[in-house]
Amino acid sequence: MLDTVFFYLFTLLTLGGAILTVATRNAVHSALFLITSLLGVAGLYLLLHAEFLFAVQIIVYVGGIMVLFLFVIMLVNLDAAAAQRQFSRMWPVALGCVALVGLELFYFLGKGEPAFRIAAPPPVPEPTAGNTERIADVLFSQYLLPFEIASLLLLVAVIGSVVMAKKRI
Amino acid sequence: MEFFIVSTIKALLVFFVLMTTLAYLQWVERKVIAHIQLRQGPYRVGPHGLLQPLADVIKLITKEGIVPPHVNKFFYFLAPIIAVSMSLIAISVIPFGGEIEVFGITTHMQLTDLNIGLLLVLALASMGTYGIALAGWASNNKYSLLGGLRSSAQMVSYELPLSLAIASPLLLLNTLSLREMVTQQEGFMLGFLPNWTIFQGPAPQLVGMVLFLIAAFAETNRIPFDLPEAETELVAGFHAEYSSMKFAAFFMAEYSNMLTAAAVTTTVFLGGWLPALPGMAGDLIAPAVFATGGAVCLYHGLNPARKRDKYTLPVFALVFFGLAALFLAPPLKDIAMPLFWFGAKTGALLFVFIWIRGTLPRFRYDQLMGFCWKFLFPVAVLHLLATALLVALAG
Amino acid sequence: MNGVPLSWYLVLSAILFSLGVAGFLFRRNIITIFMSIELMLNAVNLTFIAFSYDLRQVNGHIFTFFVMVVAAAEAAVGLAIILTVYKNRGTLNADDVNSLRF
Repeated sequence: MLDTVFFYLFTLLTLGGAILTVATRNAVHSALFLITSLLGVAGLYLLLHAEFLFAVQIIVYVGGIMVLFLFVIMLVNLDAAAAQRQFSRMWPVALGCVALVGLELFYFLGKGEPAFRIAAPPPVPEPTAGNTERIADVLFSQYLLPFEIASLLLLVAVIGSVVMAKKRI
Repeated sequence: MEFFIVSTIKALLVFFVLMTTLAYLQWVERKVIAHIQLRQGPYRVGPHGLLQPLADVIKLITKEGIVPPHVNKFFYFLAPIIAVSMSLIAISVIPFGGEIEVFGITTHMQLTDLNIGLLLVLALASMGTYGIALAGWASNNKYSLLGGLRSSAQMVSYELPLSLAIASPLLLLNTLSLREMVTQQEGFMLGFLPNWTIFQGPAPQLVGMVLFLIAAFAETNRIPFDLPEAETELVAGFHAEYSSMKFAAFFMAEYSNMLTAAAVTTTVFLGGWLPALPGMAGDLIAPAVFATGGAVCLYHGLNPARKRDKYTLPVFALVFFGLAALFLAPPLKDIAMPLFWFGAKTGALLFVFIWIRGTLPRFRYDQLMGFCWKFLFPVAVLHLLATALLVALAG
Repeated sequence: MNGVPLSWYLVLSAILFSLGVAGFLFRRNIITIFMSIELMLNAVNLTFIAFSYDLRQVNGHIFTFFVMVVAAAEAAVGLAIILTVYKNRGTLNADDVNSLRF
């Protein structure tokens, strides 16, 4: 019962935030609504027993990426842009694409619950270790190579952004 | 049902103690800074200015709350709320003591123990950035905006060495729950050296603690890293347009952040509520400290420098002796002792915060960023790697 | 699933993803377009976690973790590009930045 209530609450946060992110004119408001949406998703992670990712979502997304966004928005002057036309010139194409996605969504919604059923989950015993420990175990054994590659990716990103942002190297 | 009642009582208790501590922390800070600068500090309201916090609170509440006409109202009011709530929530995962039994109910001296406790503290710290960034932006004032931008850049940058510095003791402790961290540090090595993370083998974390404290200074916007509010260049930075309770909220957030930083350092590096000395010696230190305080008060009360000292100081002496007796009474001892050690360690760290404010000048902005990225961050990475290597070698 | 079935999460993330697609295609401001991408990434992450919970595995969590890493890298590089574009052209309208257009 309680988790249903929380599910609706977080859904409201997520979807409300997302709609307003896409719809508002002011870029700062847009970013703040996106933060609301991300916090809603973080709450859903908590409902799904993904505590570690809940924390990572807040630390990395809300506390890192979105601060970067706000930083850039505050640096560039978007007051003039907010007064202008908000929609892209390619909107008919966009409308077609979105209609397609929406249609697909409603088709599956119309088919009801069975459409979402995947194969029955394998009978895995409830794990004894906590969420964070299990993630660490898998991450540093099975997914070690991707982990290392990810670190390389971050290094490239750091160097790339410094090169681009600096006037003279 | 019992759980809810106990939790509510604990929450209310922690809230009131926290509020009083925050108010008096500010009094302590003013006093310490004053004595560092050979002044007296607040002296008029109550004995030695002890009622000054109360006077300040009344002043801040009754002051007119001016809302400048050009601000973005919603975010202008939201910013201090975010700042203060994020910093207060973080206290809820800090353990003040072990398991106790009051009126037949067994409970922990901690509001809640999460298996991601430490991560939650970090997450809330990163959320706190928004309070300051939004305040700067919503004030619609160029000084505020600069202060807000500086702070968001500073806090995002210093979060990295902060997280890296706190990751290395985790390698020794193997848990993210703050309560378990403390229980992992129980016991003594060689019979006298406490098994805290800063002493614990195979990789003592003394450097880690220093790194963490430096980064925490920047996270809490304290001198020498208080650039977001640098009065001389930015008027008052992000809170230039804030007055009365809204200003008080930022003030409270800063002190509460400081308290959280000190409490987390205590828990992770200094063994939380565990005593620093083994056996009887550890048990006797607390009453000895308070009895000494009482004796000093009594001595000065009997040889009064001013007329009214004849009456006030013996009262304080009585209070101190009462506190000392509290630590010797068997049923109260189990509650008071952990609180004493936790308070002593946290208080010592808070004193360092204040001491440094009285000693160091402010950094320049490029120095601050350069220090973070060119010194603190690499050192924190190296420290983490060295700790990992030592832990791996020790098996 | 205690109370909330898997399908609810899937529908929610589908709607979230569509909103991201809509924002990405309709808006002119590059920063808003960028934020729509973040919305889509979050929708995918939510699906990963929901399936992971349903299947009692942590592999979905790992994928989400990597998606977040990529999102962080993408944000850093993307925002640097945005700043450069703004410095060189003084505008952030996707319609006006069209030198590479065929």
